[in-house]
Amino acid sequence: MLLSDVGATGFQFFALVPLILIFPLLGLLINIAFGSRMQEKQIGWVASGAVGLTFIISFLQLVSLGIHPEGTVIRLADWITIANLNLHWGIKVDTLSVTMMLVVSGVGFLIHVYAIAYMHDDVRINGDPSRYQRFFVFFNLFILAMMILVSADNYLMLFVGWEGVGLCSYLLIGFWYDKGKDGIGNALAGKKAFITNRIGDFGFLLAAFTIFGLFHSFEFDEIFPQIKQVATVLPYGILFITVFMLLGVTGKSAQLPLYVWLPDAMAGPTPVSALIHAATMVTAGVYLIARSYPFYAVMPEARTLVSWVGALTALFAATIAVGQFDIKKVLAYSTISQLGFMVTAVGMGAFTAGMFHLVTHAFFKALLFLSAGSVIQGVERGLHAQLHHKGGLQEDHHLDPQDMRNMGGLRTRMPTTFWVYLIGALALAGIVPLAGFWSKDEILLNASNIDKRIYWILAVAAFFTAFYMARQIFMVFFGEPRTDAVAHASESPQLMTIPLIVLAALAGFGGFLNLPHIETFGHWLEHTIEYKPLTVLGEEMPPFSLQVAGMSTLLALLGIGIGYWLYYILVQKSLRGEPQAYKDPLESALGPVFSVLNHKYWVDELYGVLVIHPYQALSQWLADVVDWRFWHDWFHDTVIAGTFKKGTKLLAVQIDLGIIDATANGLARLTNWSSGQLRRVQTGYVRNYAMAVFIGVVFILGYLIVILK
Amino acid sequence: MLPEYYYLTLSAILFSMGAMGVLIRRNAIIIFMSVELMLNAANLAFVSFARMHATINGQIFVFFVMAVAAAEVAVGLALIVAIFETKQSIDIDQMNSMKG
Repeated sequence: MLLSDVGATGFQFFALVPLILIFPLLGLLINIAFGSRMQEKQIGWVASGAVGLTFIISFLQLVSLGIHPEGTVIRLADWITIANLNLHWGIKVDTLSVTMMLVVSGVGFLIHVYAIAYMHDDVRINGDPSRYQRFFVFFNLFILAMMILVSADNYLMLFVGWEGVGLCSYLLIGFWYDKGKDGIGNALAGKKAFITNRIGDFGFLLAAFTIFGLFHSFEFDEIFPQIKQVATVLPYGILFITVFMLLGVTGKSAQLPLYVWLPDAMAGPTPVSALIHAATMVTAGVYLIARSYPFYAVMPEARTLVSWVGALTALFAATIAVGQFDIKKVLAYSTISQLGFMVTAVGMGAFTAGMFHLVTHAFFKALLFLSAGSVIQGVERGLHAQLHHKGGLQEDHHLDPQDMRNMGGLRTRMPTTFWVYLIGALALAGIVPLAGFWSKDEILLNASNIDKRIYWILAVAAFFTAFYMARQIFMVFFGEPRTDAVAHASESPQLMTIPLIVLAALAGFGGFLNLPHIETFGHWLEHTIEYKPLTVLGEEMPPFSLQVAGMSTLLALLGIGIGYWLYYILVQKSLRGEPQAYKDPLESALGPVFSVLNHKYWVDELYGVLVIHPYQALSQWLADVVDWRFWHDWFHDTVIAGTFKKGTKLLAVQIDLGIIDATANGLARLTNWSSGQLRRVQTGYVRNYAMAVFIGVVFILGYLIVILK
Repeated sequence: MLPEYYYLTLSAILFSMGAMGVLIRRNAIIIFMSVELMLNAANLAFVSFARMHATINGQIFVFFVMAVAAAEVAVGLALIVAIFETKQSIDIDQMNSMKG
């Protein structure tokens, strides 16, 4: 960037864009270097401030884009220059990337602020306050990696961010690595997330390499204009790219069949679940498809595949969420399901709808997770207060503060949390006029005009969404407290509730970003994504359909109604003032079907039987038989070491002792013997020496006389 | 005037006597005297040859030999005195501590 570029109005803010990477980097460096000498509040505010400043810079990009909507690319540095490969560190500023920057830094900032208070308690509950600093270092590192991901102007830099967020996800899932089942559960969850993501990354890499093979470049601006032409020559090349990119997406965005890591990722602290595993990182896959939209625009087959994967995931995960008891697991499956909605949308070509749902989902799902965190800590506080009150260990000491069966009646004990949770739940369920209604409706509208089957799958998923959220609300907040700990629960501190209220406002009004007919967000993204989906009949997509909106509202209300009837009216009737006798009414009604849902269709076990156990058996066999017995015991010990031993023995005994030592010793003995003989010459009598000299002189003289004559 | 080979013969006889004295006798003083005898035999030979060839070189060399002999006497007698002080004897066969 030259100063002369700054002249044009609005351009000056584009020049500031490298700061979105520099601020989080500074934040984490400060916390690494000085964190151990700082107080908790200072650490938290340094990290939050870094993200807040990033948000301000992102906002300035928005202002600049208002004037120059075509955006720009800021080259920071050369990265790799080999032959015809020229890679830069470049930041792409356009409406799509700035949307992501705003969501990541905005929601990220609120979650950072929330975490200041949340982690204060969390590190004490888990008994290691020194990890407070580490948490915020990881958190800022995540923001940095996510910013690299969304601001990349080429696939390889995007991949750096992609792996960076995966690393942070791993580090933060295993944040309490010494906790969890058998003291290793959280570490295993982190490992599972990492390995599952590696499978997806393999797909991403194959796609990226194929892109380079076909286009000789990694940069978006060089690749996208050529796609139409390449697609006519090599359609299978493009299909290969899109399908393997989809594999990457299923890993990162937790779609079928690689979604299994996300529920386990709930082992991380709740702000992590909110930021990484709900609002931002998991949406990277959706962003990737939206960013690569020209590939999908020319490949209808790939779009069909993507939308089916998304739709099936949406329904599959929504049904599992119905059978969960862990407050965060419900939200985790809900996240998978909502990601399915987004993937379906971008798969159908409705990139705007997908991105819109991404934004609103970031608002309300972050809100729900953070509120769930507030509930969990409320219960923890209740548990602590009760122990303190009774002055001794109770059987409730091992009570799971995340199990919804233990809760109930928190509405009056945590009123702020209740209200924001309600707003988040209604937004997720798709109740007009909250954010989720508008974005989900847009996806359903597109689906109804493109593929009716997908529309019905999504509609059923939406019904389940409303139902499991109603179930959760009634289980957690209504009725009577079912344990003493919950009865003693109290509201969270203001530092936690204020971000919740801000997010609740966003979840409430976020839908107005893209109202039908006005479509602010749609026109905003048009500058980057030029593709528009058409209906099956080849017509332009209608902006709104009362039929679709009415249907989804009806389904949502039906879901909430059934939830209300089952989990409030029936439960109240059956309990009759004995809250301890609580039993999930759906469990009794559905019996084995509920058990299937509760066990998540045994997918983990299925993967265990199909993939993990054979793989472990294979590794065991390779390690034990091939490596240890064959390679180590036989080849190394017998063949190499045995031959070597024999060889060295030959060299040592025959050659070294037999020849070299014998020669040296023989020489020594010869010298010893001959000197023994010669020493007799040294008599010590001067006369003898004089005699020798005399004889010598006579000889020399004789020689001279005889020869020289 | 006697012919020169008379002197040379005398010189050879004296030298042989000196050499025999050095090799046979055990008394350090006698050995010393024998060495002097050999030196003076050599001197006689020098002088004879100088005369024979009518050059002065041989006579000059004799002066050097006498100077060396004087120095040798000084050193040699001092050594003998020192040996006598430690060993109370000047028997040369007793000084065989350099035996191999």
